[in-house]
Amino acid sequence: MKLHSKHILGLKVFIHLCALLPLFYTYFKAFSDQLGADPIQEILHFTGVSAFNLLLLSLLVSPLAKYLKQGQLVNVRRLLGLYAFTYALVHFTSYLLFDLQLEWILLFSEIIKRPYITVGFSALLILSTLAATSTKALQRRMGSNWQKTHNWVYLAVLLVALHYFWSVKSELVQPLLYCLMVLILLSSRHPKWRRALKQRKLKGQKKQQNKIKLA
Amino acid sequence: MLIRTPAKSQLKENQVTDEAVYQDRRLLLKSMGFLGAGALLGSAKSQALSFFGDDDITFATKALDFAKPQAYQSSDRLTPEQKIISHNNFYEFGTGKSDPKNNAQEFVVDPWSLSIDGLVEKPMTLDHDALYSQFDLEERIYRLRCVEAWSMVVPWIGFSLADLIKKAQPLSSAKYVVFETLYDPKQMPGQRNRFAGGGVNFPYVEGLRLDEAMHPLTLMSVGLYGKTLPPQNGAPIRLVVPWKYGFKSIKSVTKIRLTDKMPSTTWMELAASEYGFYANVNPQVDHPRWSQASERRITSGGLLTRNRIPTQMFNGYEEVAPLYANLDLRRNY
Repeated sequence: MKLHSKHILGLKVFIHLCALLPLFYTYFKAFSDQLGADPIQEILHFTGVSAFNLLLLSLLVSPLAKYLKQGQLVNVRRLLGLYAFTYALVHFTSYLLFDLQLEWILLFSEIIKRPYITVGFSALLILSTLAATSTKALQRRMGSNWQKTHNWVYLAVLLVALHYFWSVKSELVQPLLYCLMVLILLSSRHPKWRRALKQRKLKGQKKQQNKIKLA
Repeated sequence: MLIRTPAKSQLKENQVTDEAVYQDRRLLLKSMGFLGAGALLGSAKSQALSFFGDDDITFATKALDFAKPQAYQSSDRLTPEQKIISHNNFYEFGTGKSDPKNNAQEFVVDPWSLSIDGLVEKPMTLDHDALYSQFDLEERIYRLRCVEAWSMVVPWIGFSLADLIKKAQPLSSAKYVVFETLYDPKQMPGQRNRFAGGGVNFPYVEGLRLDEAMHPLTLMSVGLYGKTLPPQNGAPIRLVVPWKYGFKSIKSVTKIRLTDKMPSTTWMELAASEYGFYANVNPQVDHPRWSQASERRITSGGLLTRNRIPTQMFNGYEEVAPLYANLDLRRNY
């Protein structure tokens, strides 16, 4: 069966519901003090892990589309990526508003001094750039630069994994499982890495030849 | 004539269900023919609220008799009991904050055995009843500052560790005190599996210098909020050292040993660069991965509560400062 645009629309509605309903529900519980003893910690964990899940899902789309031979699936990738960014932004905003409670000096010193916050914040900056350049119009205007820019998502997902790994005290199982998933998703793109390496080599050789010519 | 006026927080005799009745409540219900009808009405609702539908097994705590010395009362706002008993770091029962409450309700504390030995004149063992009868119990309201930068205010009930150690008569060669939590993988899922227990090499071990252990603030707690401790808070007996980060206050203690060498502790072995032997609350010395300058005080209120407050040196218990007069607290974190 081939997926139709009708199916994709249904899938998109499903993604909207799955992303928004838990977010509203969890914040409602947190605001009314029904989310455990320390709602702030729960919120940070929930938004952080959800952002990571959505980012992994967005990276799963193209290998899955290829494997299932359903090219249409790629149409939900941007939506998943944008929700990953939304959750990451809510994660950071909650940290600033509810955990640090707008202590700006503490925020800046933590971003600079704490490696796990530095990498988390860097990942958020990358995701913001990707979200800002995610419109169809910009994609057309940027041409081949668009793909180059959006390849930064691979760095972002590695930083997110490191952020998670460094943020826990000693319970490493879950962060390690996430690192494993990241490695699997990245290695599923090995043809892409190989092509990139080859191109780099070719460029290097060309430069060398040019130098020889000039000499 | 002596007229005793019970404190408001004290439970009255008629408010306490006899334990035997409580333990057999299902049988009682069944014999009264309620269970069948009740299951029809209530089960769907309780299943929806709790994922596993098993939260009706609750460890039975008992009311305690205790004094309330003025010196240990406090004007700090208490953390609600529900939060104190549902937000715990007790990796023996899982690493999540709500795991201990979910996994520890069937924990057996009677019989119990707490031994005090090592460099003492009179080694001894306390059984379950002795924990509540050998010493005068008093309520002490202490601030609890977790190394993760949150804090609570807890009305503990217990006795000074010094009273216990004096009874065992320490030898002059004794310099340190080592504590050990119960090791019982059958009851403690975190001990069965290295991953479930956060990578800790159990049993959990903590230590104090003897003069720290003998300080009058250092408490052996057997209860909170007027009742015996629930398992997730370290039943039947735990240490409470209010001027140190929470992980020093070891739970469900079975062994106390006096030695002449500084012991290595569980968290020192997990990450020596992050957790030291002293672990005194100190806003000037950060954890390598986060600031210790301020903390979030957990009381009641949701996400919008403004509860970030500056952390105080020694968690506000300045009277312990002389213990560390000649110690570089930056190096001895």
